[in-house]
Amino acid sequence: MITLLEARGISKRFGGLTALSDVSLTIRKGEVYGLIGPNGAGKTTFFNVLTGAYTPEEGELVFNGSELPLGQPHKVVEAGIARTFQNIRLFRDMTALENVMAGHHIRSRANPFSILLQTKHAKEEERLITERAYELLKYVGIERFADTISRNLSYGDQRRLEIARALATEPQLLALDEPAAGMNATETGKLRELVQTIRHDGVTVLLIEHDVKLVMGLCDRLAVLDFGRKIAEDVPAEVQQSEAVIAAYLGGHSTAGAKP
Amino acid sequence: MNQLALAIPWLGKRNPAAARWVVILLAVGAPLIAVLFGKSWVRILDFAMLYVMLAIGLNLVVGFAGLLDLGYIAFYAVGAYTFAFLASPHFELHLPFWLVLPLGAVFAALAGIILGLPTLRLRGDYLAIVTLGFGEIVRIFMNNLNHPINITNGPQGINMIDPLVLFGWDISKPLKVGDEITINSLFLYYYVFLACVVLSVILVQRLQVSRVGRAWAAIRDDELAAKAIGINTRNMKLLAFSLGATFGGVAGGLFAAFQGFVSPESFSLMESIAVLTMIVFGGMGNLAGVIVGALALTALPEVLRHVAVPLQQAVFGHVLLDPEVLRMLLLSLAMIFMMLLRPSGLIPAYSRYSRPELVVGKEAGR
Repeated sequence: MITLLEARGISKRFGGLTALSDVSLTIRKGEVYGLIGPNGAGKTTFFNVLTGAYTPEEGELVFNGSELPLGQPHKVVEAGIARTFQNIRLFRDMTALENVMAGHHIRSRANPFSILLQTKHAKEEERLITERAYELLKYVGIERFADTISRNLSYGDQRRLEIARALATEPQLLALDEPAAGMNATETGKLRELVQTIRHDGVTVLLIEHDVKLVMGLCDRLAVLDFGRKIAEDVPAEVQQSEAVIAAYLGGHSTAGAKP
Repeated sequence: MNQLALAIPWLGKRNPAAARWVVILLAVGAPLIAVLFGKSWVRILDFAMLYVMLAIGLNLVVGFAGLLDLGYIAFYAVGAYTFAFLASPHFELHLPFWLVLPLGAVFAALAGIILGLPTLRLRGDYLAIVTLGFGEIVRIFMNNLNHPINITNGPQGINMIDPLVLFGWDISKPLKVGDEITINSLFLYYYVFLACVVLSVILVQRLQVSRVGRAWAAIRDDELAAKAIGINTRNMKLLAFSLGATFGGVAGGLFAAFQGFVSPESFSLMESIAVLTMIVFGGMGNLAGVIVGALALTALPEVLRHVAVPLQQAVFGHVLLDPEVLRMLLLSLAMIFMMLLRPSGLIPAYSRYSRPELVVGKEAGR
């Protein structure tokens, strides 16, 4: 299988606290890759480094064979990585459709002059953006709320809208930060279906999740972080058996390797 | 235009076509109505148009992109002084307005970028403080750049600025139609300004429902999320600052030509705040709102001047409260009641970043 993303020796410190130390992992094209770990293990920090929100002290990221610019979010998106947030961050005063249309920003070209003059190209692009945004709303199943202001959507629909907005940037890697947080069993089931559809349509998915059942069922491979270190990376069945992982989740960290 | 028509109470929603005609007739006929109350009212209308332009420009920065700018009047000053430098006896230059006005706009845009660059990381209160300082710096420069080399002529200002000359036709002179009728230049200026306002509205509306407008709204709503979908927030903020400043610059140039005189005292902090008050009062982020706000708040002090004094004399026999004091009092009261009753302004903004006619399967959303 082809490697899509390779993280090499990523370290990130906040003052005296080492949030990530020497984390290396490999995500292959077309898989659903899970990133799990206890609270404070550094999952979201890794996400933020990957998407350019933080600049790491050490390490590099190779995406699609070329080095990823560090600490420049818009270039990361342009390269083909999109993300969602743990606590949903939509554009609250825009409608659902406009949120997704805003997501097309990086893949559209109209400049202020062509917009002011309303050139043929600008008009055509605007029409295409609208159409594609509507298609994406359909894709995640909330097209009936196209005209609803996004802050008035239900929690589950906001999550879906955020995914649609991320997909609008036409990513090769979709990074979801705890997408099932706060969802009930039915909603989680629907989310699982959506993630599988996205993967089926050729987008690689990176998933941070607390819901172990969801992760084990959905992911092809998993990495486990604990105190900023990667302690395991394997298929779910193997990770479940790993003693280091069990120790990290159930305590007994000082005697690493001891049977819980 | 349609937004303005829709905003007319009762009529707007029931009969949009009629409401649209009302707006057009009002815009065209306003000076003819105003002149019935005296020529000074036409002059007030002219100024109102300039304030509408300023409000439209500031709304682009504050309402669309969410960047609180308390020094906006500085761009108005840059436009006005550019016009004064290049078309007055001060430097013995008399360049035509179609060259000077765009130059003023360009200089204002540059000033916008100069203000934008160091403030990219600032938001809210902090940005407000820096922009406030910027506005004051520009004014103080205008006030003091008469020494050692006289550039701005200091507090005396620059006078005898050339009027607007459109294709060899000086609009500061009354226009004679036949032998009987003469049209006062105040009317001519009104229609020139109205044309500029209409053009500004069209341009700003186009920007609003485009990828640029959506990017601004995204930055306003959530800057981190805007970055996460690939918006280059630095460029988009600079674009907002410079485009917003452009409108200020053009309005400033028109002001200089209309007034024939500029001096630093026209560009005080109070003016910045007045323009900001207009857009907050009318409805930040909504073009129709800011136009109504600008018109209402330009008219208010003048109405007070003409009504409050005679009224007090009739009731009390002498003037108890100076109209200027009343103006600030009523303005503050208006703002307080606005914040309590209609916090998002007279005509609140609702989402308008896509073209409704392009939205596919719209009926499904209703």
